[in-house]
Amino acid sequence: MEKDYGDITSVIYDEMYGKSDEPLAHYRAVSETISNMPHEELLQRQQAADLSFLHQGITFTVYGREEGTEKIFPYDLIPRIITGDEWNTIERGLKQRITALNHFLHDIYHEGKILNDGIVPHELVFTCKYYRREMRGVDVPKGIYISVVGTDLVRISDGSFAVLEDNLRVPSGVSYMLANRQVMKRVFPRLFGNYGVRPIENYGQQLLTTLRALAPREDREPNIVLLTPGVFNSAYFEHTFLARQMGIELVEGRDLLVHDNVVYMRTTAGLRRVDVIYRRLDDDFIDPLAFRPDSQLGVPGLFNAYRSGNVALANAIGTGIADDKALYAYVPKIIKYYLDEEPILQNIQTYLLDDDSNRKYVLENLDKLVVKAVGESGGYGMLIGPHSTREEQAKFKDLINENPRNYIAQPTLALSTAPCLIENEITSRHVDLRPYILYGDEISIVAGGLTRVALKKGSLVVNSSQGGGSKDTWVL
Amino acid sequence: MLSRVADNLYWLSRYLERAEHTARVLDLTLNLLLEQHSDEQMRARMNRVLEGLFAEDLPENSSLYDMTNALAFDQKNFASINFCLAKARENARQIREQISSEMWEHLNALYLDVTKISIDDVWQNQTTHQYFRKVKEGAQLFQGLAASTMSRNECWQFLQLGRYIERATYNAHFLDVQVAELQKSEHYPVVAKDFMSWVGLLKCFTAFEAYCKVYTADLKSDRIIEFLLLNAEFPHSIRFSVDKMEQSLNAIEEMTEVKRSAKLKRMVGKLRSDLKFSQIEEVLEAGLANFLEGIQKQNDRIHQGIYDVYISYPIDQAIAQ
Repeated sequence: MEKDYGDITSVIYDEMYGKSDEPLAHYRAVSETISNMPHEELLQRQQAADLSFLHQGITFTVYGREEGTEKIFPYDLIPRIITGDEWNTIERGLKQRITALNHFLHDIYHEGKILNDGIVPHELVFTCKYYRREMRGVDVPKGIYISVVGTDLVRISDGSFAVLEDNLRVPSGVSYMLANRQVMKRVFPRLFGNYGVRPIENYGQQLLTTLRALAPREDREPNIVLLTPGVFNSAYFEHTFLARQMGIELVEGRDLLVHDNVVYMRTTAGLRRVDVIYRRLDDDFIDPLAFRPDSQLGVPGLFNAYRSGNVALANAIGTGIADDKALYAYVPKIIKYYLDEEPILQNIQTYLLDDDSNRKYVLENLDKLVVKAVGESGGYGMLIGPHSTREEQAKFKDLINENPRNYIAQPTLALSTAPCLIENEITSRHVDLRPYILYGDEISIVAGGLTRVALKKGSLVVNSSQGGGSKDTWVL
Repeated sequence: MLSRVADNLYWLSRYLERAEHTARVLDLTLNLLLEQHSDEQMRARMNRVLEGLFAEDLPENSSLYDMTNALAFDQKNFASINFCLAKARENARQIREQISSEMWEHLNALYLDVTKISIDDVWQNQTTHQYFRKVKEGAQLFQGLAASTMSRNECWQFLQLGRYIERATYNAHFLDVQVAELQKSEHYPVVAKDFMSWVGLLKCFTAFEAYCKVYTADLKSDRIIEFLLLNAEFPHSIRFSVDKMEQSLNAIEEMTEVKRSAKLKRMVGKLRSDLKFSQIEEVLEAGLANFLEGIQKQNDRIHQGIYDVYISYPIDQAIAQ
């Protein structure tokens, strides 16, 4: 395969070619296999893969359309490869970052030392809509707030990885990582076998071990459940998938009830006590008595049971403060403060807009920058300067002036690209990487992650809700 | 097992059984009507089929096409195959981690394959038979996959329970409607003059061959009714279905160790012994319709009993225990 599949400018790092014209050593076998394969054969394999996803019901729900519109998450045949050395850096960097963020969460819900020492401003924390006053002074099991994390990394033009976002609430996508691998092994068995790719299949078991570590009472086998918002949630497939992988019950709010601050689930054999809840439901909806009273999905009284220490939640309530997009700018300082270490993984330069000079600069350069609403995820509420119209820029200008705390700006990134098979042609698309980190008795990271692809040419938005796809990710 | 999961399994199985039953009846009816030429006869048979499937009446002058559309393709019609398949799949989707991947993938593919077919496809190409066959075989394959991939745990028992309570209820109703019509015939109880209708009845239960093995092809109306109602060995007979219901309920009781199930146990035990100890002569003498309606009512009560004991029991009772 030759490097003629797109308009790669010199600043962009390519996963297969780096910045040269020849495939990198670790990509050579993939490149050869694909270029030696007749085009029809390649297409056939792609179709077989698509069909397998559809039949397995590996779909997500698109909001804002008819209820229950299911789509498959587009899958690209050509794997994304990360070398062992690169992975070691990622792994060390993520462990460091997660450890520091967990310290931070404990601190701000207890003494607030980092605030009093002036490292992170008080108002930044207290104005965040994900800060939960109710959590002040609450001791969570083993002091672990963020048991399940999916951090978004991007590779920037010098070829190094940087953190784009920390997802500390209910990160999703891990089921696609696992399903992609299954399909890959069927589509390119020998190629895969010859590469010595590190396995990821033990994720389910590791997740279970992590959840078990949180159990409040050690005198008996804990009853662990996965709480889903239900079949219409966009990630419902993933919830069922993980529950099955772990062999635990998948419950909805209506299956649970709280009596005397103890959580039970309703079974055919009567009520059964619940010890650990891996919840895939946002804080807002988890308990209508404590948070949003209109929530139909939650369990009344759950928060009191949690506060009494009778049930563990993963992740803890109120973790959203630490993945707030404005707080993100302080993470290097947070790492330094708690661990006295330099960050291993870099941050992306971020302009906080309640600072007057920053705001002035950003408003003058909206056409070059990316603006994000701090509380949004999934690629909603974003302005991508170079791809935006004058009207959109004007709209964001008003929004920013109205509520500067609600937005941040970053330079438009030269995300790395990777070759993809799109509309029968091999062409380059921007990708990112979301590894999944588990924090129980120790921090563990499955060697891999979800590589998301922006399927639209030139697009930088990889979210599934915005037309993103994915690739299998090989760590060597 | 979660009560909600039991509920989903139960309905998944009921809806799938219903889709299969409807496909079988429709397939056979279209086939029988090839040989019945008067409009009147055709309409009478269509109405009987609709009634037998708990479907609403169609407007006057409806054609076979209209009936097929209503009972197979119309997603809004609660009795249609497409509606039942969509419901079965929806129930399965909510518990897909409870059933095996093979079962879920098969049901999902069946739903996608069948619902994308339109009535005009099968009508113009004259492939109605192939269509119904796909549905029937799809439903049967699902049960086969269940049998070969599922542990014989509570999940399995709730699937069986749903399947057989549906079968017992639908068959009792269907038999009631069909026999009532046949009894109106001047030839009753002689089969020869209404031969095709009696054969059709047996075939609606896939019972023709099984009947012949027991009684030879010498068709007698009381034997046919006896076979469909009281035979202990044939899987589509009502007695067989009720036996299976009882077995599943006993297994569930044992697995859950629930203590509130005495009443439910009595209800199903009584129904089972009614079927076991009844003689066909007595049943016919006392009125078949009464007997069949009695079965349907008892099934309704058993259905309610299942809910009261396992699915929507009151919380205060459960906490007190």
